[in-house]
Amino acid sequence: MTTASGTEPATGDAVLSARNVVMSYGGVHALKGVNFDIHRGKVTTLFGENGAGKSTLMKILSGVVTPTSGDIVLDGNLVSFSSSSDARDRGISIIHQELSLAPNLSVRDNIFMGRELRTRTGLDFAEESRQARALMADLEEDIDPMTLVEDLRLGQQQIVEIARALSVDSRILIMDEPTSALSATEVEVLFKVIRDLTSRGVSIVYISHHLEEALQITDYAVVLRDGAITATAEAKDIDLEWIVRNMVGENFDLGSPPTGHAFGEVALSIEDVSVTDTSGSGYSVVDHLSLDVRAGEIVCIYGLMGAGRTELLEAVAGRVPMAGGRALLEGEDVTGLTIAQRIARGLVLVPEDRQRDGLVQTMTVGRNLSLASIEAFAKGLFLSRPRERALIDDSIRKVTIKTAGGNAMIGSLSGGNQQKVVIGKMLTTNPKVILLDEPSRGIDVGAKAEVFRLLSERAAQGLAVVFSTSEVNECLSIAHRIVVMRRGKISAKFGANATKEQIMAASGEAVVA
Amino acid sequence: MTDVSQASKQSSPSTGGEGFDVAKLLLEGRAFFALIVIIVVFSILSPYYLSVANFLTMASHVAIFGILAVGMLLVILNGGIDLSVGSTLGLAGVVAGFLMQGVTLTWLGVVLYPPVWVVAVLACMLGAVVGLVNGVLIARFKVPAFVATLGVMYMARGLALLMTSGLTYNNLGGKPELGNTGFDALGFNRLFGVPTGVVVLVVIALIGSIVLNRTAFGRWLYASGGNERAAELSGVPVKTVQISVYVLSGICAAIAGLILSSQLTSAGPTAGTTYELTAIAAVVIGGAALTGGRGNIRGTLLGAFVIGFLSDGLVIIGISSYWQTVFTGAVIVLAVLLNAVQYRRRSKLSASTGGQPTSQKRGKAEPANPAQGKTAG
Repeated sequence: MTTASGTEPATGDAVLSARNVVMSYGGVHALKGVNFDIHRGKVTTLFGENGAGKSTLMKILSGVVTPTSGDIVLDGNLVSFSSSSDARDRGISIIHQELSLAPNLSVRDNIFMGRELRTRTGLDFAEESRQARALMADLEEDIDPMTLVEDLRLGQQQIVEIARALSVDSRILIMDEPTSALSATEVEVLFKVIRDLTSRGVSIVYISHHLEEALQITDYAVVLRDGAITATAEAKDIDLEWIVRNMVGENFDLGSPPTGHAFGEVALSIEDVSVTDTSGSGYSVVDHLSLDVRAGEIVCIYGLMGAGRTELLEAVAGRVPMAGGRALLEGEDVTGLTIAQRIARGLVLVPEDRQRDGLVQTMTVGRNLSLASIEAFAKGLFLSRPRERALIDDSIRKVTIKTAGGNAMIGSLSGGNQQKVVIGKMLTTNPKVILLDEPSRGIDVGAKAEVFRLLSERAAQGLAVVFSTSEVNECLSIAHRIVVMRRGKISAKFGANATKEQIMAASGEAVVA
Repeated sequence: MTDVSQASKQSSPSTGGEGFDVAKLLLEGRAFFALIVIIVVFSILSPYYLSVANFLTMASHVAIFGILAVGMLLVILNGGIDLSVGSTLGLAGVVAGFLMQGVTLTWLGVVLYPPVWVVAVLACMLGAVVGLVNGVLIARFKVPAFVATLGVMYMARGLALLMTSGLTYNNLGGKPELGNTGFDALGFNRLFGVPTGVVVLVVIALIGSIVLNRTAFGRWLYASGGNERAAELSGVPVKTVQISVYVLSGICAAIAGLILSSQLTSAGPTAGTTYELTAIAAVVIGGAALTGGRGNIRGTLLGAFVIGFLSDGLVIIGISSYWQTVFTGAVIVLAVLLNAVQYRRRSKLSASTGGQPTSQKRGKAEPANPAQGKTAG
């Protein structure tokens, strides 16, 4: 039922295959020799955690990126795509996880963007509208083709993205998280459309975090973990438990909760906090949530995309305003304070997107590290170079950043070391509470383990740690307590001895009987 | 798995000066070499070019652009632009001229003749207020810097024209019995043979350099210009920094306005027209990135000298002013081209060693939608 990684899968019904595909970004191997088949006229589902390499593999198969090594076989012939439009011309199209629509254009213009229908004198708007309307009818979505995309809600935008991929009449359709913003009814319609497509011979690759939902549509299941295929099977032979077991693996130890120290007083107290969606819909992304964290305690917040983890952490750190409730740091209300004031009092946030929110790319490693603690080396009006250098060297050593030195440019570091710079920058301020939003995102498993080891060490010294993750394995590593968020609320709380199934069930990801 | 390439060892910080270093000088060196080429070429073409007297004259012309460019550098480091400095220069000159004529207070029936230092301070305060308007519009009301300073540019110029009905104040000398003489000192006096304007430029550049390299404000400025969101999350008061740079730029413009009207012994409402563009050009030639976070005082001064020495050289060898415009434009285009080459090379370098040079600055982007901004698999 399960084939081990590296063996040649049967090629009989494979329409598009990856052969020994390796993808490296600098020193990080996103894919380590992957063999993957897309079955003709079937739905092949790719399972795997964040960072397992799913999106990278799909980008390779759709010509968006070129693999470092390895072959792509289309209908038995070796091919190499020069671009995504080259792949599209050969009948391969992809629905990206990140929406790639122009919000200022209408639904019709988005669907036909880049391949507009022409008449002799201009564009054939009438025909475009007719086709767009037909696509919307297929998807059972009541959207006028002339509506601007920015006026649609997120789920409808995703429908437009799907419609665009369908409009090409491709033979192979890759769907990377197509349902993340769809309602249950919309998902049903989408599945009907997928069944219809496969009956017409279209081959589908499907990726989703909603395991149970994905299993309904799956014909062949493939599990990817840390850049390698760990298992493949036909859907009729497997169940949810099989997927979870192969997805998370058992072999890598991300550490265990630090013991031997007593928790101190409550360091951070989140009381009845609500956060309103920034898009102005008035929808609460965090809904009257309360949580206490003690000094020396590590709390993991688990949840799916859109569960409100990021918004909660950003509101506590002062990045986005709270719609209600308050946050107390060691009993002192910090709700009205600026970010700088919260940092000075010992409440810091390591943001989720380190490129966008964590690092200043134009500065050196050292200056990034010292950015949040400038007061510590300021003498009156001026900065003290020797004191700054001492602080930076100390920080590089403590956080174990692999760099040529404080003067190296930040871009010269690997993803894991860049992440350590962002964490190190915040630890240098000697915080009492550190919030980390998906600290393991986009870093390899070795760096992940180092980050967790660092956090456990600091917790043992009395730091209160709150980190969010969408990888269940990470919850079960160093956290003393696991809090599951779902739709802005805490749906369950567990101790360190929870099981993966319990956690995933509480998040709405999978309901295992 | 997390190696650091050797290539990164030599990459030194581009922001601020960590002492003297040959590789960095070569990298920034293009403005320096351009200046040397200009001096050599014009010295060959004209016997009058290479002399101390001529250099001092040219330097006092450069002083105006140089002072504007230092202020502009601060704004550009923040990722902004200040189109209003030329008009602020003109307005400050006119206000100084107006004050030198004496202020008639009709309800008291007296005419006040403020001393020159008071006039200078008031003009600088005016520059600060214009900058404050820019800064508040940009930082608080989120008006794009280009549009806000464009509007203020028109308003300041219009006010200057209104105050004088389009005419020029020609009598700036003051009278000894009124105690307001000395305005011409800014333009004509020399300190150890160096024109006052150049001395002022040197002082402003030194202060600017110290602020950028040695103070928390300087570090905040580089950080918020490089990535405003990251700086904000690190506790940098990004709004205060943003407002401050426009205020400082306005003060620099006012100082330049005082020196220029002193040099010309007249204060006209159209003084300084298009000077903002020359200042931007000087900053760009000096290697600063218009996207913010990169650049320094040394480069900016070199840029100002390149432009000043080039245009004065063209005048000396008698080339028509139309050609001067063409040459100056060509130098600017060349400088920006070289900037692009330099930064592309640098980002390639970091990409090849494992960094991901994505989304360097999306300053005011909306927080990404949770369902859109994630990367899985």
